[in-house]
Amino acid sequence: MDEEVFAPKPKEGEPWDVAIIGSGPASLTAAIYTTRGAVSTLILGGEKWGGQLMLTTEVDNYPAMPGIQGPELMQKMREHATRFGGEFVEKSVEHVDFNKKPFELSAGGQKYFARTVIIATGALTRWLGVPGEKELIGRGVSSCAPCDAPFYKGKQVLVIGGGDSAMEEALVLTKYATSVTIVHRKGEFRASAAMQKKIFDAKVDVIWETEVTKVLGQEKLSAISLKTKLDSRRAQELKDGKINNYKGKIIEEKEGFLFWEMPIEGVFVAIGHKPDTDVFKGPIELDQKGYVVVHDHTRTNLPGVYVAGDVHDYHYKQAVTAAGFGCMAAMDVLKYLDGLREKETQGKQSAGA
Amino acid sequence: MATFDVTDADFGEKVLKSEKPILVDFWAAWCGPCKMAEPVLEELSEEYKDKVLIAKLDVDANQKSAQDYDVMSIPTTILYKGGKEIGRQIGFAGKKAFEDIIKKGIEEGGD
Repeated sequence: MDEEVFAPKPKEGEPWDVAIIGSGPASLTAAIYTTRGAVSTLILGGEKWGGQLMLTTEVDNYPAMPGIQGPELMQKMREHATRFGGEFVEKSVEHVDFNKKPFELSAGGQKYFARTVIIATGALTRWLGVPGEKELIGRGVSSCAPCDAPFYKGKQVLVIGGGDSAMEEALVLTKYATSVTIVHRKGEFRASAAMQKKIFDAKVDVIWETEVTKVLGQEKLSAISLKTKLDSRRAQELKDGKINNYKGKIIEEKEGFLFWEMPIEGVFVAIGHKPDTDVFKGPIELDQKGYVVVHDHTRTNLPGVYVAGDVHDYHYKQAVTAAGFGCMAAMDVLKYLDGLREKETQGKQSAGA
Repeated sequence: MATFDVTDADFGEKVLKSEKPILVDFWAAWCGPCKMAEPVLEELSEEYKDKVLIAKLDVDANQKSAQDYDVMSIPTTILYKGGKEIGRQIGFAGKKAFEDIIKKGIEEGGD
């Protein structure tokens, strides 16, 4: 509705007031605030838009939305973000030039110009990085149980990880697979108590203190290689016969580990995410793990470039905290643009005098 | 032309016996990335309308075809030519990834 648009789109050749890169809860919340703050807003949402929630099923911890499907929540957020005039472009940013003023962003072979930028690109699936994994993605190896679980009807599957997303993957899989086993490198989960209870109620088996070393199979996953600390109770249990529960076999004892193998039809990787910051390497200060370094709540090292959500937040990583960070960055952008406008008017006045 | 639906029942007729190369999108209603792929495939079906057909197969209702081609993740998009698989894209990786296999299908053999 036009009467609800507070800032018109920039004229040909003029820059956007703000370009928001990304399209998860941080980006879309920022857009709600910037559009309502009457600044022209471009959302460079990427071809794969919507972020991590597009790979989930039920979201039970977003206020006022218990039980909503992740993709539906993102569709609603997208509609909200464009309702007050935000322009959503389904293109991925390939290059940024923050030396130019206005900033220049290239996406889908096209150039976009903006006076300020909010980086809200979020985080991507972290894979195990072991031999065989890459070749077998989509052929037995997956990172998205909600997408792929129905193909594992009557099959035996493993979930790798120990956080909330690993628990969710395992729960989704229990509806289809004949057996679901979680493999976790530590002796306890970091998942929330609520999720852990669901897992233990569902009688999901756990192989503790064990890491994946290899994924095996030609064209299709057939087995997995694991290693368990030799001096742990788990290794002793395996040696005492528990390994037979998994139809596994011991390969060797080496360097303090028990190396073993088990046949398996599905492996779901849920060991976390890595920040999506490759395109910002260089101009934007990143930490060792690739997260954007934040100054003063939402600023990056460059004036006019702000950051929000999982791309800098390695601590909370929730949909609702990302949304909160998006709001914060938007408010700081509005303030910064006010400052720019003031300077420009003063500049014009003194030039006219 | 627009995309169209194929099923287990008419997979042989519409896909394997298709005169033109045909890209089949294995999808389901509950899959987020499938929803992202949908408008992109629609666009491509117009852009390549004289060269390639684009069809959609709902894996919930048509499990046999999905099993026959070892589809274990969706979206999976398979390009068939002369009844044979000649390209496969697992997951939604943007428009270019689809275009790459479509182009491969157009160029290969040239018949």
